[in-house]
Amino acid sequence: MGRALTVIHALGLMLVVFSGAYVLPVITSLIYGDNTMLLDFLLAMVWTLAAGALMWVATRSYKSELSIRHGYLLVVAMWTAMPAFATIPLLMMIPGLSFTDAYFETMSGMTTTGATVLTGLDSLPPAINIWRHELNWLGGLGIIVLAVAILPLLGIGGRQLFKAETPGPMKDAALTPRIADTARNLWAVYLSITLVCIVSLKWAGMNWLDAVCHAFSAMGLGGFSTHDASIGYFNSPLIEFVMIVFMLFAVINFATHFLAWRGKSLRVYLRDAEAVASLGLILSSCVGIAFFLWWQGVYTDFWTALRHASFNLVSIATSSGYASVDYAQWPIFAPLWMMFLTAIAASSGSTGGGIKMIRTLVLLKQAGREFVKLLHPAVVNPMKIGGQVISNSIVFSVLGFIFLYFMTIVTLTFLLLMSGLDFISAFTAVLASVNNCGPGLGIVGPSSNYQGLTDFQTWVCTLGMLIGRLEIFTVLILFTPHFWRR
Amino acid sequence: MKILILGAGQVGSTVAESLVSEANDITVVDCDGEKLHQLQDRLDLRTLTGNAAHPSILEQAGIIDADILLAVTQSDEVNMLACKLAASLYNTPTRIARIRATDFLERPELFNKDNFCVDFSICPEQILTEYITKLIEFPEALQVLEFADGKALLVAVRAFEGGPLVGKPLRYLHTHMPQIETRVAAIFRKNSSIIPEGDTVVQDGDEIFFIAAADNIRSVLKEIRRMDKPCKRVMIVGGGNIGQRLSKALENDYQVKLIEYSKKSCERLAGELSSTLVLNGDGTDEKLLLQEHIAEVDVFCALTNDDENNIMSALLAKQGGARKVIALINRNAYVDLVQGGKIDIALSPAHVTIGSLLAYVRQGDVAVVHSLRRGAAEALELVVHGDRHSSRVVGRRIDEINLPKGATIGAIVRGDEVLMGHRDTVIEAEDHVIVFVINKQMLKKVEQLFQVNIGFF
Repeated sequence: MGRALTVIHALGLMLVVFSGAYVLPVITSLIYGDNTMLLDFLLAMVWTLAAGALMWVATRSYKSELSIRHGYLLVVAMWTAMPAFATIPLLMMIPGLSFTDAYFETMSGMTTTGATVLTGLDSLPPAINIWRHELNWLGGLGIIVLAVAILPLLGIGGRQLFKAETPGPMKDAALTPRIADTARNLWAVYLSITLVCIVSLKWAGMNWLDAVCHAFSAMGLGGFSTHDASIGYFNSPLIEFVMIVFMLFAVINFATHFLAWRGKSLRVYLRDAEAVASLGLILSSCVGIAFFLWWQGVYTDFWTALRHASFNLVSIATSSGYASVDYAQWPIFAPLWMMFLTAIAASSGSTGGGIKMIRTLVLLKQAGREFVKLLHPAVVNPMKIGGQVISNSIVFSVLGFIFLYFMTIVTLTFLLLMSGLDFISAFTAVLASVNNCGPGLGIVGPSSNYQGLTDFQTWVCTLGMLIGRLEIFTVLILFTPHFWRR
Repeated sequence: MKILILGAGQVGSTVAESLVSEANDITVVDCDGEKLHQLQDRLDLRTLTGNAAHPSILEQAGIIDADILLAVTQSDEVNMLACKLAASLYNTPTRIARIRATDFLERPELFNKDNFCVDFSICPEQILTEYITKLIEFPEALQVLEFADGKALLVAVRAFEGGPLVGKPLRYLHTHMPQIETRVAAIFRKNSSIIPEGDTVVQDGDEIFFIAAADNIRSVLKEIRRMDKPCKRVMIVGGGNIGQRLSKALENDYQVKLIEYSKKSCERLAGELSSTLVLNGDGTDEKLLLQEHIAEVDVFCALTNDDENNIMSALLAKQGGARKVIALINRNAYVDLVQGGKIDIALSPAHVTIGSLLAYVRQGDVAVVHSLRRGAAEALELVVHGDRHSSRVVGRRIDEINLPKGATIGAIVRGDEVLMGHRDTVIEAEDHVIVFVINKQMLKKVEQLFQVNIGFF
């Protein structure tokens, strides 16, 4: 019991921090003079603050250093509690919205999935849109990373939390001696690029509200939009281009951005094998798919094909999930290839989802090692990525991860099939949820959304998003007997 | 000259041996008394046991009136510190240190007057690596030596039946390819030297030393023996300092396989090398060699620190079908035993690396010294100064110069130009003259000949 109370104590503190997130929609409603929204958001803020403070104060005698187990429990508790509190304004504002759908929406926001159950986005109040997109943005780099950054965490083990939330297999490479500094630097880089993105989008022709919202969701690789037609609404090649650039920024490890910024050198990117592989794969796929569409006669003009292929492919591959055209109508090879890229293209430490490029590289190299071993039995060939030797224990943990990843996809797909969904919709909905991408194909395709799912199916997808964002181990570890054994 | 040598390891003792025979006063310092004892038994020199970086030990060893300090202990740090002490406390004129770590070598400012005061740094492993790299680049050659920053090369090659020159007089070389400038500096036939003249007939099995500009080497080689196809596959046994450096130097241009006995070293090597295939095993294990297709290997290098292993694995490799085998052999007796037999090249690390040290010790402005035929002969690159009055060389035609018998002027490098040493070539000031000395006894005379007269100052 003591362990749970220790976690609740920290959770309370985190919720207090989280209540600060309501400031932005409050300001927005002030700007737009929307008094109902102002009241709703202030109320939500007070609720969250009060709940957090109560939890914190009531359990203060259990305050202690967080162990590894506390860390996992806290991260999962945090990632289930925050979306729950975030539903308050949505429930108050949108009549007839069930808690299931509201929770799906906020979870989709915080895990940067970007799938939505709402229609009529264009007519939502600005404050609600800002709130949805802010969730995308906060969830992108990680709310706990933010908490570690702004609180010296009052004596609790920040490094454990940091590890449990940050994606990627190798988390021990510290950028600065103190974890709080590392977190602060990462958020500084994230914030600066986001500001540049806002200005660029405004310059490219959006209004301020759209620019802020889309900058939030692009940097978080979330994919929420303020329009039902997503980016297709703007029908502007320039906006699409700006979005592509910033999505590609966000798909690279933020630690690499930080090193490049600190060293004032672009060579850092070339040394990051993961970034090179991600960008190379995405950009070559763009050209390849453009040729494919042109060859198939989907677009008669190659440049149009390249424009639509690039935007939609980058959007899906980076796990954002915007759409500018209904790519589900393309020959099935193209959208499935895009869904496949979602699973592998994002870098570790970026805001993207999926199994991450580093793990793909590890698996690829491992396969290569096996071939060399067959030909030269005496060979010693440790795995190297970007000149760094990767120890076998990391290779094993990656193999374990991949197995769990596939089992998760398979199990959740079966759950959806059991509930009566067709195969393509079920499979792509699970892929899109677990990879935090957003739109799938079939009834959850880019031209529709997740509204058509039953409550059970919605919950399955919600679970998929959580498992995918926290990279499987962090969630599933809570269900192992070892975790609870003393 | 008074020379103080720190470190009685492989390098230290070879240098000592080589310098003792040239009438120098030598003191060797090492912390291993046993090693010093063995050295003193063989050679006429003084030894001192102690830490080479302690001022008191240096003083006892006579650093105060030493002309040259040679810091060649195992440790880069000790060598650098000794040079610093020698400069700051004792004003030793010339300080030479062995530095192996690339970390230090990448920062040449560390060695200047304000920091560690190292006049010259040498890295024997690097010299050896470059030497072997050249041998792999010219797989027909027995020895490839650079002069004037690689502008001119001295190449030793064994004449073989089938080369156009074999069975013909040397003069034929010039008539056959008039556009290529080359000069045969010496011929060794059955271990005795022949002074090459225009009408000397080349025989099968002769070891020929010739000098040419770097670009012309291949054309000349073609005359002396049938050319092999260029090298592609290299196998190296022994992942020590030399094996690792060599793999790193070769791995981008050749397919390199590196065999190393220790599993732990294998892992470290595989981490540091990129395209080299690191194999864990014994270089004398014929099954491993067969499994790795020894018959397809163009050059096989046995570079462990064990002479016997190197000889055996080189023999096995040759037996297995490797085209050219090179064995690293420290013991002189073994080198003589093996060279010219089944093993194509027996490399004595001491003789390969000693030249770079000797260049600093010699009198006069000596740029490069290469030790030939295991120390019996020597090739020097001398820079000439002064004018017709102060020097006995400058402003004179080559046939006017009073060279001792057995010494020949092979070539002259003037700026970027490589001139062959013809009878009527006139030597100018600041020329780099490459002199080939068949017998070491003549060295002193050659050095004196090239020195500027005192009257010049």
